[in-house]
Amino acid sequence: MTDAALDVGVMVNGAPVRRRVEPRRSLVDFLREDLELSGSHVGCEHGVCGACTVRVDGALVRGCLMLAVQADGCRVETIEGLAATGEILDLQQAFAELNALQCGFCTPAMLLTAQEALRRDPGADRARIRQALSGNYCRCTGYHAIVEAVHRVARARAGEPP
Amino acid sequence: MDAMKPAPFTYHRPGSLSEVFDLLDHHGGDARILAGGQSLVPALNMRLATPTAVIDINRIPGLDGIRLTTEGLHLGALARQDDVERSPLVREHAPLLAQALPNVGHVAIRTRGTIGGSVALGDPAAELPACLVALGATVRATSRRGARAIPAGEFFRGIYTTALAPDEVLTEVVVPRPGPDARAAFDELARRQGDFALVALAAACRLSDGVMLEPRLVFAGVAGTPVRATRAEAALAGRRPEAPVLEEAARAVAGDLDPPSDVQASGPLRRHLAAVLLRRVAARLGTGS
Repeated sequence: MTDAALDVGVMVNGAPVRRRVEPRRSLVDFLREDLELSGSHVGCEHGVCGACTVRVDGALVRGCLMLAVQADGCRVETIEGLAATGEILDLQQAFAELNALQCGFCTPAMLLTAQEALRRDPGADRARIRQALSGNYCRCTGYHAIVEAVHRVARARAGEPP
Repeated sequence: MDAMKPAPFTYHRPGSLSEVFDLLDHHGGDARILAGGQSLVPALNMRLATPTAVIDINRIPGLDGIRLTTEGLHLGALARQDDVERSPLVREHAPLLAQALPNVGHVAIRTRGTIGGSVALGDPAAELPACLVALGATVRATSRRGARAIPAGEFFRGIYTTALAPDEVLTEVVVPRPGPDARAAFDELARRQGDFALVALAAACRLSDGVMLEPRLVFAGVAGTPVRATRAEAALAGRRPEAPVLEEAARAVAGDLDPPSDVQASGPLRRHLAAVLLRRVAARLGTGS
């Protein structure tokens, strides 16, 4: 820890957190290393793979492309928070039932991104779901099962038969 | 394990432009301005950029507005790409931007990425610079010496090189208000949704009785800066966007562009794709897209 370290206060999954962090610490490393919230994953570290996606003040962001010090005063939500509140329970169940995950590395961010996709576009068809998930890489499934799972949830939330 | 990818730097969060100017004076060329961070932070993580000071301008009030004046549509430097894309004002007064922005990365990139950051970076494959040139927009920059306005057509000078001076901060872009006969269309070809464009085309014109007037065809991804295809523009000017006209313009565009080859696509492929895009996009100019 160098002299450049700063005090940062963040509301993480509803709980206030205060830590001293170096400016070069990314938000996702802060979550994983300092707060031991390891559900947000670190893949490419330059914004391409999407595995580090979290929500900051309600907006979907890349946790590797935001510095932890920039989140000072912000509300951060991770997969741990979304899973605990039950907000994405239907997506989680659909992923499990349709084998939309294998190794699970991309899954937390895929769930957050799917949730945002359906919030913005509740009637999304498979093509629009595929487009909305295009910034999240999965190296196991070939995406088909993921798209099916998200589409099933979209229909269910709209009250349509499966 | 202690994960720290970027080289160490000091972090500054000024609350005003005046403080930014002080910091730029103090740190000189060793400082980098952090806006949305969607290009700077990857460069920090890979240590392609190793500034000793990072100046985070995100909390400076008044730089993120989207507003309409008699002059045109003002987009603040810190306006997020996602907010601009979904703004009713932008859809009405600069629909070209609303068409182009979904191609900029992904939602989780655009929620942070800013208008000013994209313009100040000057990436040759970026969509926004080409759109601003096509729309005849103006870039506004401020320094301690005062404010100045730079036409978008003169702003982009080369790969990641712009007309901004080292002591200047980009504050907003202004898109002139379109007349009722204004038409615009955007499309691009990329390997996958959200990837950098192999070729992108931003087009604008006036449409009078079905005839295209003052067409502006601006390509991205084909050179160090956005490129106006003046021969193709001449082939469209004063004519209707019908198949034979589009074919003539598509042939003419080969003489306008000399695209580079890289790992993504060869120069000849890019030139071919430019003609494909030209046919698609120019046809939409006639339909009100």
